[in-house]
Amino acid sequence: MARIAGIDLPKQKKAFVGLTYIFGIGQYTAREILSKAGVDAEKKIMELTEEEVAKVRSVMTTEFKVEGALRSEIQQNIKRLMDIGTYRGLRHRRGLPVRGQRTKTNSRTRKGKRRTVAGKKKAPTKK
Amino acid sequence: MPRSVKKGPFIDYKLLKKVQTLNDSNQKKIIKTWCRSSTISPEFVGHTIAVHNGNKMIPVYISEHMVGHKLGEFSPTRIFRGHPGTKAEKASRVK
Repeated sequence: MARIAGIDLPKQKKAFVGLTYIFGIGQYTAREILSKAGVDAEKKIMELTEEEVAKVRSVMTTEFKVEGALRSEIQQNIKRLMDIGTYRGLRHRRGLPVRGQRTKTNSRTRKGKRRTVAGKKKAPTKK
Repeated sequence: MPRSVKKGPFIDYKLLKKVQTLNDSNQKKIIKTWCRSSTISPEFVGHTIAVHNGNKMIPVYISEHMVGHKLGEFSPTRIFRGHPGTKAEKASRVK
Protein backbone atom coordinates (compact mmCIF):
# COMPACT_ATOMS: atom_id res chain seq x y z
CA MET A 1 0.00 0.00 0.00
CA ALA A 2 1.33 3.39 -0.98
CA ARG A 3 0.51 6.09 1.46
CA ILE A 4 1.88 9.56 0.71
CA ALA A 5 1.09 12.80 2.52
CA GLY A 6 -1.60 11.08 4.57
CA ILE A 7 -3.53 9.92 1.51
CA ASP A 8 -4.00 6.35 0.39
CA LEU A 9 -3.24 6.21 -3.29
CA PRO A 10 -5.53 4.14 -5.49
CA LYS A 11 -3.75 0.89 -6.35
CA GLN A 12 -5.19 0.28 -9.76
CA LYS A 13 -4.25 3.64 -11.27
CA LYS A 14 -1.08 4.62 -13.02
CA ALA A 15 1.37 6.54 -10.89
CA PHE A 16 0.86 9.97 -12.47
CA VAL A 17 -2.89 9.68 -12.07
CA GLY A 18 -2.72 8.27 -8.58
CA LEU A 19 -0.64 11.17 -7.33
CA THR A 20 -3.33 13.62 -8.40
CA TYR A 21 -5.49 12.31 -5.53
CA ILE A 22 -3.28 14.42 -3.30
CA PHE A 23 -4.45 18.00 -2.82
CA GLY A 24 -2.14 20.36 -4.63
CA ILE A 25 -0.94 17.92 -7.26
CA GLY A 26 -2.28 17.80 -10.77
CA GLN A 27 -1.07 15.77 -13.67
CA TYR A 28 1.70 18.19 -14.53
CA THR A 29 3.25 18.24 -11.06
CA ALA A 30 2.67 14.50 -10.74
CA ARG A 31 4.77 13.84 -13.82
CA GLU A 32 7.39 16.32 -12.63
CA ILE A 33 7.69 14.58 -9.28
CA LEU A 34 7.90 11.14 -10.84
CA SER A 35 10.59 12.12 -13.29
CA LYS A 36 12.61 13.76 -10.54
CA ALA A 37 12.28 10.64 -8.45
CA GLY A 38 13.29 8.54 -11.43
CA VAL A 39 10.09 6.52 -11.39
CA ASP A 40 8.25 5.41 -14.50
CA ALA A 41 5.05 7.46 -14.61
CA GLU A 42 3.14 4.76 -16.49
CA LYS A 43 3.66 2.16 -13.77
CA LYS A 44 0.67 1.28 -11.65
CA ILE A 45 0.75 2.36 -8.02
CA MET A 46 0.55 -1.25 -6.85
CA GLU A 47 3.65 -2.11 -8.89
CA LEU A 48 5.82 0.50 -7.20
CA THR A 49 8.45 -0.78 -4.84
CA GLU A 50 8.89 0.59 -1.34
CA GLU A 51 12.05 2.38 -2.45
CA GLU A 52 10.30 4.12 -5.29
CA VAL A 53 7.50 5.23 -3.01
CA ALA A 54 10.07 6.57 -0.56
CA LYS A 55 11.80 8.50 -3.34
CA VAL A 56 8.53 10.03 -4.51
CA ARG A 57 7.72 10.94 -0.94
CA SER A 58 11.06 12.66 -0.39
CA VAL A 59 10.82 14.66 -3.62
CA MET A 60 7.32 15.75 -2.73
CA THR A 61 8.08 16.86 0.80
CA THR A 62 11.19 18.79 -0.17
CA GLU A 63 9.91 20.60 -3.25
CA PHE A 64 6.16 20.89 -3.03
CA LYS A 65 3.58 22.08 -0.61
CA VAL A 66 0.65 19.70 -0.47
CA GLU A 67 -2.44 18.89 1.57
CA GLY A 68 -2.60 20.57 4.98
CA ALA A 69 0.36 22.89 4.49
CA LEU A 70 -1.02 24.13 1.19
CA ARG A 71 -4.52 24.55 2.57
CA SER A 72 -3.26 26.57 5.49
CA GLU A 73 -1.18 28.74 3.17
CA ILE A 74 -4.25 29.52 1.10
CA GLN A 75 -6.21 30.36 4.22
CA GLN A 76 -3.42 32.62 5.41
CA ASN A 77 -3.38 34.49 2.12
CA ILE A 78 -7.12 35.05 2.38
CA LYS A 79 -6.80 36.09 6.01
CA ARG A 80 -4.11 38.59 5.09
CA LEU A 81 -6.44 40.21 2.55
CA MET A 82 -9.15 40.42 5.18
CA ASP A 83 -6.89 41.81 7.86
CA ILE A 84 -5.45 44.66 5.84
CA GLY A 85 -8.92 45.61 4.68
CA THR A 86 -8.69 45.30 0.93
CA TYR A 87 -11.69 45.13 -1.30
CA ARG A 88 -10.88 41.51 -2.02
CA GLY A 89 -10.80 40.81 1.70
CA LEU A 90 -14.20 42.39 2.13
CA ARG A 91 -15.63 40.17 -0.58
CA HIS A 92 -14.17 37.10 1.12
CA ARG A 93 -15.70 38.20 4.41
CA ARG A 94 -19.11 38.61 2.82
CA GLY A 95 -18.89 35.37 0.90
CA LEU A 96 -19.37 37.12 -2.41
CA PRO A 97 -17.40 36.64 -5.62
CA VAL A 98 -14.00 38.25 -5.34
CA ARG A 99 -13.02 38.90 -8.93
CA GLY A 100 -15.64 41.32 -10.07
CA GLN A 101 -18.28 38.91 -11.34
CA ARG A 102 -21.90 39.95 -11.47
CA THR A 103 -24.03 39.28 -8.43
CA LYS A 104 -27.45 40.28 -9.70
CA THR A 105 -27.85 36.73 -10.88
CA ASN A 106 -25.67 33.67 -10.62
CA SER A 107 -22.59 33.53 -8.37
CA ARG A 108 -24.34 30.71 -6.53
CA THR A 109 -21.12 28.92 -5.79
CA ARG A 110 -20.02 31.71 -3.48
CA LYS A 111 -23.40 32.75 -2.16
CA GLY A 112 -24.68 29.25 -1.47
CA LYS A 113 -28.26 28.14 -1.73
CA ARG A 114 -30.87 30.72 -2.64
CA ARG A 115 -32.42 32.50 0.32
CA THR A 116 -35.65 34.11 -0.69
CA VAL A 117 -35.82 37.65 0.60
CA ALA A 118 -39.02 38.48 2.48
CA GLY A 119 -41.11 41.46 1.42
CA LYS A 120 -40.27 41.12 -2.21
CA LYS A 121 -43.10 42.01 -4.56
CA LYS A 122 -44.73 39.15 -6.37
CA ALA A 123 -44.41 39.01 -10.10
CA PRO A 124 -47.43 40.61 -11.84
CA THR A 125 -48.23 37.55 -13.91
CA LYS A 126 -48.88 34.52 -11.82
CA LYS A 127 -48.29 31.18 -13.38
CA MET B 1 -3.20 40.39 -17.03
CA PRO B 2 -0.58 41.95 -14.80
CA ARG B 3 1.46 44.95 -15.71
CA SER B 4 4.70 44.43 -17.59
CA VAL B 5 7.66 43.97 -15.27
CA LYS B 6 9.80 46.10 -17.55
CA LYS B 7 7.84 49.22 -16.67
CA GLY B 8 7.98 48.61 -12.95
CA PRO B 9 5.08 49.36 -10.64
CA PHE B 10 2.96 52.45 -11.22
CA ILE B 11 3.46 54.85 -8.36
CA ASP B 12 1.97 58.29 -8.60
CA TYR B 13 4.94 60.56 -9.00
CA LYS B 14 3.57 63.54 -7.12
CA LEU B 15 2.35 61.40 -4.26
CA LEU B 16 5.72 59.72 -3.93
CA LYS B 17 7.43 63.11 -3.89
CA LYS B 18 5.15 64.32 -1.12
CA VAL B 19 5.79 61.21 0.92
CA GLN B 20 9.50 61.57 0.47
CA THR B 21 9.53 65.17 1.65
CA LEU B 22 7.60 64.03 4.72
CA ASN B 23 10.07 61.23 5.26
CA ASP B 24 13.01 63.61 4.94
CA SER B 25 11.59 66.00 7.49
CA ASN B 26 10.35 63.15 9.69
CA GLN B 27 6.82 64.42 9.65
CA LYS B 28 3.55 62.56 9.69
CA LYS B 29 0.78 64.29 7.89
CA ILE B 30 -2.33 63.04 6.17
CA ILE B 31 -1.89 63.32 2.42
CA LYS B 32 -4.98 63.61 0.32
CA THR B 33 -4.93 61.80 -2.96
CA TRP B 34 -7.28 60.93 -5.76
CA CYS B 35 -4.82 58.51 -7.23
CA ARG B 36 -6.49 55.21 -6.44
CA SER B 37 -4.49 53.36 -9.05
CA SER B 38 -1.14 54.09 -7.45
CA THR B 39 0.74 51.12 -6.06
CA ILE B 40 1.75 51.36 -2.42
CA SER B 41 5.52 51.54 -2.28
CA PRO B 42 7.63 50.71 0.79
CA GLU B 43 8.20 54.43 1.45
CA PHE B 44 4.53 54.87 2.30
CA VAL B 45 4.64 52.57 5.33
CA GLY B 46 3.61 54.32 8.51
CA HIS B 47 1.88 57.21 6.78
CA THR B 48 -1.80 57.85 6.63
CA ILE B 49 -3.10 58.59 3.18
CA ALA B 50 -6.59 59.86 2.53
CA VAL B 51 -7.81 58.08 -0.58
CA HIS B 52 -10.77 59.45 -2.46
CA ASN B 53 -13.59 57.01 -3.08
CA GLY B 54 -15.59 59.21 -5.40
CA ASN B 55 -17.46 60.82 -2.54
CA LYS B 56 -15.10 61.49 0.31
CA MET B 57 -11.56 60.84 1.44
CA ILE B 58 -11.05 57.59 3.33
CA PRO B 59 -8.02 57.69 5.62
CA VAL B 60 -5.86 54.63 5.14
CA TYR B 61 -3.05 53.84 7.51
CA ILE B 62 -0.40 52.07 5.48
CA SER B 63 1.07 49.01 7.15
CA GLU B 64 3.81 46.75 5.93
CA HIS B 65 1.49 44.11 4.53
CA MET B 66 -0.15 46.61 2.19
CA VAL B 67 2.96 47.18 0.10
CA GLY B 68 2.33 46.11 -3.47
CA HIS B 69 -1.40 46.66 -3.33
CA LYS B 70 -3.12 49.64 -4.88
CA LEU B 71 -4.44 52.52 -2.83
CA GLY B 72 -7.94 52.10 -4.23
CA GLU B 73 -8.24 48.63 -2.76
CA PHE B 74 -8.51 50.17 0.68
CA SER B 75 -11.14 52.74 -0.09
CA PRO B 76 -14.39 51.03 -1.08
CA THR B 77 -16.54 52.92 -3.55
CA ARG B 78 -19.83 51.24 -2.81
CA ILE B 79 -21.70 51.07 0.44
CA PHE B 80 -24.21 48.27 0.69
CA ARG B 81 -26.65 48.83 3.50
CA GLY B 82 -28.89 45.86 2.85
CA HIS B 83 -31.94 45.63 0.67
CA PRO B 84 -34.91 47.88 1.41
CA GLY B 85 -37.59 46.21 3.49
CA THR B 86 -35.46 43.53 5.03
CA LYS B 87 -35.30 44.48 8.64
CA ALA B 88 -32.92 41.74 9.63
CA GLU B 89 -30.28 43.18 7.41
CA LYS B 90 -30.88 46.70 8.58
CA ALA B 91 -30.31 45.59 12.16
CA SER B 92 -27.10 43.75 11.42
CA ARG B 93 -25.62 46.41 9.26
CA VAL B 94 -22.04 45.49 8.51
CA LYS B 95 -19.86 48.56 8.32
